[in-house]
Amino acid sequence: MTSKNLSPKRQRGVTSPPSWEPSIVVFACNWCSYAGADTAGVSRIQHQPHFRMIRVMCSGRIQPGFVLRAFEKGADGVLVSGCHFGDCHYIFGNERAVEQFEKTKNVVKLLGLEEGRLRLEWISAAEGARFAEVINEFTDQVRKLGPSKLSARKLSAISYQLSAISQRVRRS
Amino acid sequence: MPELAKAAKQTRAWACYDCGKCTATCPIARAGGAYSPRRHVLATNLGQPSVIGDNGTLFNCLTCSLCDRRCPAQVNYTELVRKLRELSYREGVEPECPHGGALQSVMRMMATGGTEQRRMDWLGADLKTEPKKGEVFYWTGCTMYYDAFFPDLKVTTLEGTRAAVRLMNTAGVTPVVSAEERCCGHDLLWNGDRKNFELLAKHNVKLVADSGAKMLVTSCAECLRTWKIDYEPFFEGTPPQIIHITEFLAQQWTEFSFKTTNSRRRVTFQDPCRLGRHLGIYDSPRQVLAALPGVEHVEMRRSGPAAMCCAGGTWSNCDRFAKQIQVERLREARATGAEVLVTACPKCQIHFRCAMKDPKLGGEIEIEMRDVAELVAGALK
Repeated sequence: MTSKNLSPKRQRGVTSPPSWEPSIVVFACNWCSYAGADTAGVSRIQHQPHFRMIRVMCSGRIQPGFVLRAFEKGADGVLVSGCHFGDCHYIFGNERAVEQFEKTKNVVKLLGLEEGRLRLEWISAAEGARFAEVINEFTDQVRKLGPSKLSARKLSAISYQLSAISQRVRRS
Repeated sequence: MPELAKAAKQTRAWACYDCGKCTATCPIARAGGAYSPRRHVLATNLGQPSVIGDNGTLFNCLTCSLCDRRCPAQVNYTELVRKLRELSYREGVEPECPHGGALQSVMRMMATGGTEQRRMDWLGADLKTEPKKGEVFYWTGCTMYYDAFFPDLKVTTLEGTRAAVRLMNTAGVTPVVSAEERCCGHDLLWNGDRKNFELLAKHNVKLVADSGAKMLVTSCAECLRTWKIDYEPFFEGTPPQIIHITEFLAQQWTEFSFKTTNSRRRVTFQDPCRLGRHLGIYDSPRQVLAALPGVEHVEMRRSGPAAMCCAGGTWSNCDRFAKQIQVERLREARATGAEVLVTACPKCQIHFRCAMKDPKLGGEIEIEMRDVAELVAGALK
């Protein structure tokens, strides 16, 4: 975890240059995706560190309220992950996850958030490399979208805009 | 606590003479819940701070206002519970939100703002609306969110919204329907979150004032209450005339011509608590149903001011007692022999449809549900 990834409050001491990195929340199921992240770790596969992981027993538990709460609190992206179909520890939990995810996606779309800020991925316990790949890809995608407009962390959004302006000034 | 004394004064809680009618009337207490309005009134009068936390039981109240109707001392318990919830919220006691707090999150995100909502997809090409300025503002409420959020309940609250716009068009009105509309904040206010409510109220009042509308029509009983009562301090200058779609229909009735029909469908009407007991509008939906050809309106055993609530008004209470209240109400509706349960609030529809999903009772309590506007628009020539 780098200092860039800390909350704005803890970042206050850092003065130059103001930069922005996305804050991403990753929901991972205990049996596959979380273990997949572990595999990535023990295999020493490098990936971007701008996410916080929340472990749940099953991806079926991840109801719209969880994801929407993350966005409300200022997450720039949310990744929901679970076992591949047929691999679910609870037989059909990930099928429930899909149902919940569809609902969430509909509401997120209505709210006017970019759809790229939300993703559903299946990652098994053995797929450490895939975990790293998904994280890198998703982080890049969210970084391209910039800070969430709904971000409660207005401070970091402002500092991002400032850095963008100062970069433009420097270039010209 | 001075806040409690103030609340007692504002809501006439001090007039309570401990008769207990409120608790005897309370639908939750009747269904067996450990809920007592009287206890809250007494604790407020005694200035006991424990009433504020009270294990979150304050949030069990349906705010259906039935106890206010029965109270011989005219204590406004519903208002009191709202004030107490505000104090609770300040202390960090939040309701145990059903649906994982998803809807509260949506409301708070709207209060924060910053995005352009994509809430207008439901608007078909056949419906005429104005995007910004006009004489009449049609307030859609959050029906598009409900339909997106409750696909498994098969709610069709948007049908009521579409029908309302169609009827307004038929009456020669092209209403303003704005993409910048935000949640009215009703549920946040009743959950005690005044800060976010005020953000929403200011945005919405400005939006409607900028449109230049002289009249605001809405299909949602909760939005209507919020606009009529809770937004009052936020208006600058003359506020628009705020009416419910059923009032609009009753006023413009001569503009509509209907299909002739010999068949008669029996329907019954669920009085939304916000429309009925909160605002005293009982007649206009009944006028509309009585005048509608092909429809025979019958009353349920408890109707009008005595109507039972859908038991889920503010997204803060959903438990087995709420379910029991809903089932009881649906049985009442079925007992009238009606084919359709008509309502004038999207939330009533959502909560009753949810109760109907019961795998054991399904067949016994199932009944078709429609918004008043949907019924009227369906009978148009």
